[in-house]
Amino acid sequence: MIEINKLNAWFDDNHVLKDVDIKVPKNGSFGLVGESGSGKSTVLRTITGLVDDWEGEILVNNKELGPKRDKAFYRLVQMVFQDPFGSLHPRHTIDRILTEPVNIHGLGDSDARVVQALEQVGLDNSFRFRYPHQLSGGQRQRVAIARALILEPKILLLDEPTSALDVSIQAEVLNLLSRLRRELGLTYIMVSHDLAVVAHMCDDIAIMNHGRIVERASATQLAEGTLEHPYSQQLYKAAGGYDRAVIDSFVDWD
Amino acid sequence: MTTQTNTSQTSQTGLKQWLTSDTPKSRWQAKCGRAWLGWIKFTENRLAMIGLSIVIGLILVTIFAPLLAPYDPLAADLANRIQPPSADHWFGTDQLGRDILSRLIYGAQYTLLIVGLVAITAAPLGLLVGTAAGYFGGWIDATLMRITDIFLAFPKLILALAFVSALGPGLENAILAIAITAWPPYARIARAETITVRKSDFIEAARLQGASNMGLIAGHIMPMCISSLVVRVTLDMAGMILIAAGLGFLGLGAQPPMPEWGAMVSDGRQFLLEQWWVATVPGIAIFIVSLGFNLLGDGLRDVLDPRGGD
Repeated sequence: MIEINKLNAWFDDNHVLKDVDIKVPKNGSFGLVGESGSGKSTVLRTITGLVDDWEGEILVNNKELGPKRDKAFYRLVQMVFQDPFGSLHPRHTIDRILTEPVNIHGLGDSDARVVQALEQVGLDNSFRFRYPHQLSGGQRQRVAIARALILEPKILLLDEPTSALDVSIQAEVLNLLSRLRRELGLTYIMVSHDLAVVAHMCDDIAIMNHGRIVERASATQLAEGTLEHPYSQQLYKAAGGYDRAVIDSFVDWD
Repeated sequence: MTTQTNTSQTSQTGLKQWLTSDTPKSRWQAKCGRAWLGWIKFTENRLAMIGLSIVIGLILVTIFAPLLAPYDPLAADLANRIQPPSADHWFGTDQLGRDILSRLIYGAQYTLLIVGLVAITAAPLGLLVGTAAGYFGGWIDATLMRITDIFLAFPKLILALAFVSALGPGLENAILAIAITAWPPYARIARAETITVRKSDFIEAARLQGASNMGLIAGHIMPMCISSLVVRVTLDMAGMILIAAGLGFLGLGAQPPMPEWGAMVSDGRQFLLEQWWVATVPGIAIFIVSLGFNLLGDGLRDVLDPRGGD
């Protein structure tokens, strides 16, 4: 469904992605793990066209992407942002946030579509005419997911969709995402620094460091901690919780 | 009788329920509900209500001027020159014996015209220039902002004077000149607001929905700029009235015998020491209307920000 070959990206003079290769099958779920600044979010942003300066090959549905994304692309690929407090327009009601993509793409019948999208993410109709500031973080993230789903995309890019939420809400949102993938036959690429989340959600994972994929593994490998690259092991240990001896042994891999 | 009151009461609570419903059935109902809540919030602000009543008063006076004015504002009566305030002439008469109250009432329309026209031309222009500059950045930003800087570099009144002298004196040209000099601060404000939001997630999210540049600017960026802009415009209205009055005072705005307030102050200045009312009364009118717009602007700011309250 998505194939990325030798993707390189730059922020001014910073070389942030170096020869990234990713392949995600239809209905698959791919996890990108790494520490902050490793370039994992940049991969998603490059796919969606939010990064201008890139080179390489991105194939979606066997079609290569040019420098500009068209409307058809956005009907196929949607993204959920990390921060549900920043990704919803503070002056728009939930209804307007969800109606807008319907109108842009001229799908029609926005009333029914909005109600259906809210239903899909488990929000009832009473949320429809509220403003984002009247919702909790988990509810907002559900709205953000509903907005991504309302165009009926086949691919959902998830940029740390739960890292801004507290633990109990995280589980709810993750279960929601798993259910949606099953029911709607979606393909996911999920970015996270939380190894447990990725192990739970994804079939295949790639570990990134300094803009490079250092290791590929399966979810079971990640869950069992049988990773080979020293950076991956370091990341796995770091996920185990704070331990002075472990932290002191860390080195900067490049 | 009792049943009648009862039904009117239930229909009233019914309407109120409909407006404040937690789960509006339609977009129209939700919109009405929000407007209602905004109005409630606005009425809680006493100063803003005073401002609103002054502005509404000005509008009513404009509409009903022929009914309210006791005399013809242009009819000279030289036998009755510069009379002090009395029962016949509440605010006295001016140097041609014209009733000052009537002139004030007829003059309200010019004040309203100036303020209204400047607001509906300068504010959208500034908003458009500012958001376009802030959103696109690069050379578009540089070009638009340097033009803005050039306009900002001149003192407003001087620039307006220059334009009026070039265009020729008259109320229309005064309005045009004020509008031309009023937009740059709005462009600045809009640009600053645009720059703070253009990289935010909700703008990028909208871009990922396929929104065009124009759609983003009009639908997502402008709403973020509007509340600070509206406040600034209403605060500036006082200044616009004063500039218009200043141009009138210098003889470049409204032409005699038009009862424009600034021109009236100008006429009265020759008698300021002995016959104070000729200049003071229109001055007070300018002051009150300016104050009204100021208070209204302050109240609007609170209402326009939906985050301010639930």
